[in-house]
Amino acid sequence: MTTDIGKFKKDSPMSGTLRMERMPHIWCPGCGIGSEVNAFAEAVKRSGIDPKKLVVVSGIGCTGRVAGYVDFDSIHTTHGRAIPVATGVKLANPELTVVVFSGEGDLAGIGGNHLIHAARRNMELVVICNNNFTYGMTGGQVTPTTPSTAIASTTPYGNYEYPFSLPFLADAAGATYVARWTSMDARNVTQSIEEALVHKGFSFIEIISPCTTLYLRRNRLGDGVDALQHYQENTVLKHGCDTRETAIDYQGKIVIGKFVEKIKPTYLEAVDKCCVKLVGDDYQLYGKTIPEREAEEKAEKERIAARKAAMQAEEVGANE
Amino acid sequence: MKTVTADPKGVDAGPHFMDGDHALAEGALAAGCRFFAGYPITPSTETAERFAERAPEVGALFIQMEDELASIAALIGGAWGGQKVMTVTCGPGFSLMTENLGLAAMTETPMVIANVQRGGPSTGLPTLTAQQDMMQARYGPHGDNAIIALSPDSPQECFDLAIEAFNLSETYRVPVIILTDETVGHMHEKVVIPPADQIQVVPRNNYSGPKEDFRPYKFDCQGGHPMTRAGDGYNFHITGLVHDERGYPVMTAEQGKVVVTHLMEKINGNADKIIRLEEDQVDGADIVVVSYGITSRIAVKAIQDARKEGIKVGSLRLITIWPFCEKRIDELAGKVKAIVVPEINYGQMVLEVERSAHGKCAVISVNHCGGAVHDPEVILDAIRKANK
Repeated sequence: MTTDIGKFKKDSPMSGTLRMERMPHIWCPGCGIGSEVNAFAEAVKRSGIDPKKLVVVSGIGCTGRVAGYVDFDSIHTTHGRAIPVATGVKLANPELTVVVFSGEGDLAGIGGNHLIHAARRNMELVVICNNNFTYGMTGGQVTPTTPSTAIASTTPYGNYEYPFSLPFLADAAGATYVARWTSMDARNVTQSIEEALVHKGFSFIEIISPCTTLYLRRNRLGDGVDALQHYQENTVLKHGCDTRETAIDYQGKIVIGKFVEKIKPTYLEAVDKCCVKLVGDDYQLYGKTIPEREAEEKAEKERIAARKAAMQAEEVGANE
Repeated sequence: MKTVTADPKGVDAGPHFMDGDHALAEGALAAGCRFFAGYPITPSTETAERFAERAPEVGALFIQMEDELASIAALIGGAWGGQKVMTVTCGPGFSLMTENLGLAAMTETPMVIANVQRGGPSTGLPTLTAQQDMMQARYGPHGDNAIIALSPDSPQECFDLAIEAFNLSETYRVPVIILTDETVGHMHEKVVIPPADQIQVVPRNNYSGPKEDFRPYKFDCQGGHPMTRAGDGYNFHITGLVHDERGYPVMTAEQGKVVVTHLMEKINGNADKIIRLEEDQVDGADIVVVSYGITSRIAVKAIQDARKEGIKVGSLRLITIWPFCEKRIDELAGKVKAIVVPEINYGQMVLEVERSAHGKCAVISVNHCGGAVHDPEVILDAIRKANK
């Protein structure tokens, strides 16, 4: 029996959230990015947000290819610049929900400056960071999160640098939603992205994920299943954990959970507050006053709630 | 392209006394620019400051980004978010911006970048004038792509050309660079801003047809193809990779040829429509001085003095730098003894003049390493020698 690829693509539950005409994707067997994209697509559906108002921005690298597969407005940028491009999208049209989906080399290496400044501004973005401890697309070089002593193609005798703990970095820089999961924690990842999509502020979700072809193989850590086994045995769930205690040692314990969730004015709220004081109630951004924008936001929130309720009812129906 | 009259909100009509940097910001606002992302750098910062000051009353948004890499990246996002966008910088910042100048060219994203040139290389002469980034504006990003660059010679022209820059940028979906210099940027002169109904602007051309027919690109070597705005429901995809008309990556030499040819020829093929020059007594001249920006105003003195000495000197001022006016130079080269090219660099645009003259006349470079304008006497000497 041969599989009808066209029919498979059309009937796929991912049709409508992924550009099925672009399948098959480039990711290796055992890579965690696929399950993360799956969780993301599921979170978008469950959240009730309008997919037309969702923009996905990626940088360069394996995870940078996400923007090319999701069936939303999507931008594949230069290396490290996904966050400032996303900032431009959000500021040009504040109605949009803007998600940055990229890897740790892109976001914390070459784009590290943008990460901390977007967090500092509490720019309303959702940043999903696939952390696989390696530059996969270029052949497995050391990254800013590679654990000390791990072998990479550019640290053939073991990594002698200190790695970043990304939740600590994001928290310290001012992120108002910070979580870490592994690619095995599909439900938590989905739940976390769903929360972040409606969180008003800068959200940072790190997902520890196996790079089977390069990181695992070079360190003789087995295959994708072995990595998931490792996650199962070594993750420690600690919601609200002090992010200073989230460092990851080579093959050591991985603290997961939702570490930060708080509310403070976003960048655009701060702009509004300043400008309305200056200009008065007539203050407009792109031709809309604050009350007009607030009314639109309220109406959109109601539509989101209605879509979410309908989605939940459908799920209950399907389960019965 | 169809034009509309300017949105009066951005037009501060009337006579002003302002410098070129401020006039750039006013021109942008008049052209309908409502999103500005920038990073401070002397001698360009006043444009950002003016925009930041005016933004609340106009209903625009200014953001100071963490660096120039981020500033131009934010413009790409802002343009696809639906706004007309601008940034300002000079040499060191422009070097950083070349990264995403390439992405903007590749994704055919309209934007305006003003480069208020200062002396280089590197940190160079931060507060002093130069015209040393002429080639960088054209050839800065890696890979082949064409941009448009304009050079104003006064604060009034900073205002006028800012509007022109936006109009060209929207028409050809290409980054347009305003190559001004510290002298024009900091020179205060009278700037008359016309009422909004006398300013014609090219509005963003957004697609409105059926979703299945939407294509973000059309590789027809022309401008004018509509783009879209995030949130309008067309699920666009854009990438810096070589792509097809849907915006999807295609990793082949054949597609690379299609894309690069389009990027180059939509500008080169429309050069006659794009190029603006200002000529004075060129017909019958023995010598023509080709200059641009502040140097064209210095050259006026030398040209006047030479004429008093009985030398037949014409002036050709480049308002459009890129695409270069190679046809006009070729025509002139067949009629004159020499072309004299003063510029505040070690000889950049003179290379284009030489190339375009095809050896039909002498081409004399009057270079200057930056930090000041020419002494008109030096240009006059070059004219005298050329006339011998």
